[in-house]
Amino acid sequence: MLAVQSQPSLLRSTENPQPSNQPGHPIASSATVSTSTAPDSVARALPDQVPENAPEHCPGTESDQAGKASACQGCPNQSVCASAPKGPDPDLPIIKERMKAVKSKILIMSGKGGVGKSTFTAQLGWAFSSDEETQTAIMDIDICGPSIPTILGLANQSIHASSTGWSPVYVSDNLCCMSIGFLLPSQTSAVIWRGPKKNGLIKQFLKDVDWTAGLEEEEEGEEREERDMREEREERGEPLIDYMLIDTPPGTSDEHLSIVGYLKESGIDGAVLLTTPQEVSLQDVRKEISFCRKMSVPIIGIVENMAGFVCPACHGRSDIFYPSTGGAKALCEELGLNFLGSVPLDPRIGKCCDLGESFVDEYPDSPASKAYLEVIDKIRKIVA
Amino acid sequence: MSSANTTPTPIPGSAAPSGITASASHLGADPKITRRLTRVKHIILVLSGKGGVGKSSVSAQLALSLSSQPPPEGSTSNSTNGKAKVGILDIDLTGPSIPRMLGLDGENVRQSSDGWVPVFTDAQQNLAVMSVGFLLRSKNDSVVWRGPKKNAMIKQFLGDVRWGDLDYLIIDTPPGTSDEHISALEYLNGFHPSAVMVTTPQAVSLADNLRSLDFTRKTGLPVLGLIENMSGYMCPHCQECTNVWGKGGGEALAQREGIRFLGRIPIDPGLVRLLDDAREEAVRKEAGEVTKASDDSSNPRIEGEDQEGAKEGRAAKKEEEEDVSATIPTATTGTALSRTTVQRYFDSQTFPIFQSITEKIKEEVERFKQQLQAPR
Ligand SMILES: Nc1ncnc2c1ncn2[C@@H]1O[C@H](COP(=O)(O)OP(=O)(O)OP(=O)(O)O)[C@@H](O)[C@H]1O
Ligand SMILES: [Mg+2]
Repeated sequence: MLAVQSQPSLLRSTENPQPSNQPGHPIASSATVSTSTAPDSVARALPDQVPENAPEHCPGTESDQAGKASACQGCPNQSVCASAPKGPDPDLPIIKERMKAVKSKILIMSGKGGVGKSTFTAQLGWAFSSDEETQTAIMDIDICGPSIPTILGLANQSIHASSTGWSPVYVSDNLCCMSIGFLLPSQTSAVIWRGPKKNGLIKQFLKDVDWTAGLEEEEEGEEREERDMREEREERGEPLIDYMLIDTPPGTSDEHLSIVGYLKESGIDGAVLLTTPQEVSLQDVRKEISFCRKMSVPIIGIVENMAGFVCPACHGRSDIFYPSTGGAKALCEELGLNFLGSVPLDPRIGKCCDLGESFVDEYPDSPASKAYLEVIDKIRKIVA
Repeated sequence: MSSANTTPTPIPGSAAPSGITASASHLGADPKITRRLTRVKHIILVLSGKGGVGKSSVSAQLALSLSSQPPPEGSTSNSTNGKAKVGILDIDLTGPSIPRMLGLDGENVRQSSDGWVPVFTDAQQNLAVMSVGFLLRSKNDSVVWRGPKKNAMIKQFLGDVRWGDLDYLIIDTPPGTSDEHISALEYLNGFHPSAVMVTTPQAVSLADNLRSLDFTRKTGLPVLGLIENMSGYMCPHCQECTNVWGKGGGEALAQREGIRFLGRIPIDPGLVRLLDDAREEAVRKEAGEVTKASDDSSNPRIEGEDQEGAKEGRAAKKEEEEDVSATIPTATTGTALSRTTVQRYFDSQTFPIFQSITEKIKEEVERFKQQLQAPR
């Protein structure tokens, strides 16, 4: 009635989103205080509505009183607020210490689901680890839809712990990985978790996993060599892991805010964004770009996946996901980002994923493999 | 190996959809949501275990198909044109695709005395659309929200949007099984929602689908059936059908899990383009019509109807004077858009396939409602 022409402007309050469950986090303090992510702020930002669930005196999620103040009585978010950690997070220094072992941390992101993030992450991991001297770790933070274990051919593995922490699962001597998939009672169990639980597990991956565990594997013969490398690196004060590739779920929500928050001090080297060529997917990658910019995560560049289909029978090319607005290249030009390349759609990629094989190793001569390697090369150069 | 010391506790609550049962009764009774949803006959969620398999395109197609067919028996939606009244709610808050797919990019949601007015694809208001995409100022804006804000938004979409009387409310979900899903089900508790599952035929995706079936079981959400999307691709050069993502996996899964198989939609590049530039196409067509009036004569009936409808729509809402002017622009653009999007959709390869899927979904939904009403 009041604002006939006005559009509900709730999103104005997201200009400076904050990782709401991470008090004491640098981002939280630099962002505008007035847009705090109090549970009621969505509603409060609306033009003329005071929803019944917005307690007038909401202390804010960052407050010591969150979930406990008298105003919180009856608020639907009360229990979430009450259980969220308050004050400087005591785990952050531990994470920082752990992450000293890792040289480069790269996020693999996409706005849309099913565009090939996990496949790409695995391919990147295999490519990096083809150099024996390079140690690579993959961390899968897609909590509700972990596909990294299957893609890496580790479907039925589980995690073991030692005195130094959880050991990741090893694909080869110098490629290891951690995923919630290794912790589930069965591959088909749904993980029906809200944000705080997902965040808790991501934190555990960073804090409790001994990413260097494999370097101490006691295997005949190899032992000397591995020891040497560990010692050598330690002497030179170099991190033991060269790359940590972080596979994220689609979207811009809890997992993304958490990983960026937890790694703020250790630093993220950059994000590789994946998209398919059609506008519906590019729209979502814009959201990812916006997220990275808001969170000051450098964008390494954009990879266009499933760009064009080459018929295995007649080798004719056609577009399944037609780039109706010019594809990722046009987007990169518009927004001044690196275009890392286009990988065509090859049905054999999907099959390799199901079987846990490396496509690039299986079909080195395919156009898709060449495209993958080119993209990977660019990333390597940018990160170095 | 001394593995005795230690497998880290496997995920404690991977089974427990924490909160769903605990708070459901309380939240389900939200008076605002109740007021809106008691006017909705069937609520259908579109789910998939994996992302990018076609939830949004299935939602869009389902909504278009349903809204072009007669309302179900016993309908109370007071439809004036003999077509069902359908709403489509996009709860993919961080990656909304529905506006684009229905050619409604850049439309605005307006405020009325009786809540937010959804965007209509057509002047007769048979298809109402609500998405966070309408609330963004620019396409470069992102929604970076943790759970509680997302939950509040969903609650508002259900309680504050003036859906009116609907025969069907289709809910497009984001990938995963997290806050959006848990909250939506909490809020919908008591309104008997059911689900349609979408899958591609690939194995990685099938594992994900077993997970999402696990989700429906743990949350007690009835599954109407399963659609296998992107099943097979016809190369335009040699007409050889390549199974880009395999084929048949969805049907096998449905059989094994005792779910109705609703149909198989092949990869249709024409559909991608249709869903991608519905709006551009509409604008182009509109511009073309100015110069080429003869185009219209091929389809005068639809245009006539649309204009009638627009008038009727306005008259019907006289109880909310101020609101009327606000909706006019939407209704006008909607007219142009619907003519092209819907028309092009009807002409697409996928349309006949989806018609039969729609029929099956209607059957299942009615059967489900009858079961509910049957005395125990
Ligand atoms: N049968 C089909 N043939 C060809 N393309 C299709 C088909 N179904 C869907 N698509 C296209 O695939 C892309 C992904 O589909 P859609 O956006 O509906 O998936 P989604 O499951 O909603 O994804 P997300 O998980 O990101 O929400 C879209 O561009 C869509 O147009
Ligand atoms: Mg979608």
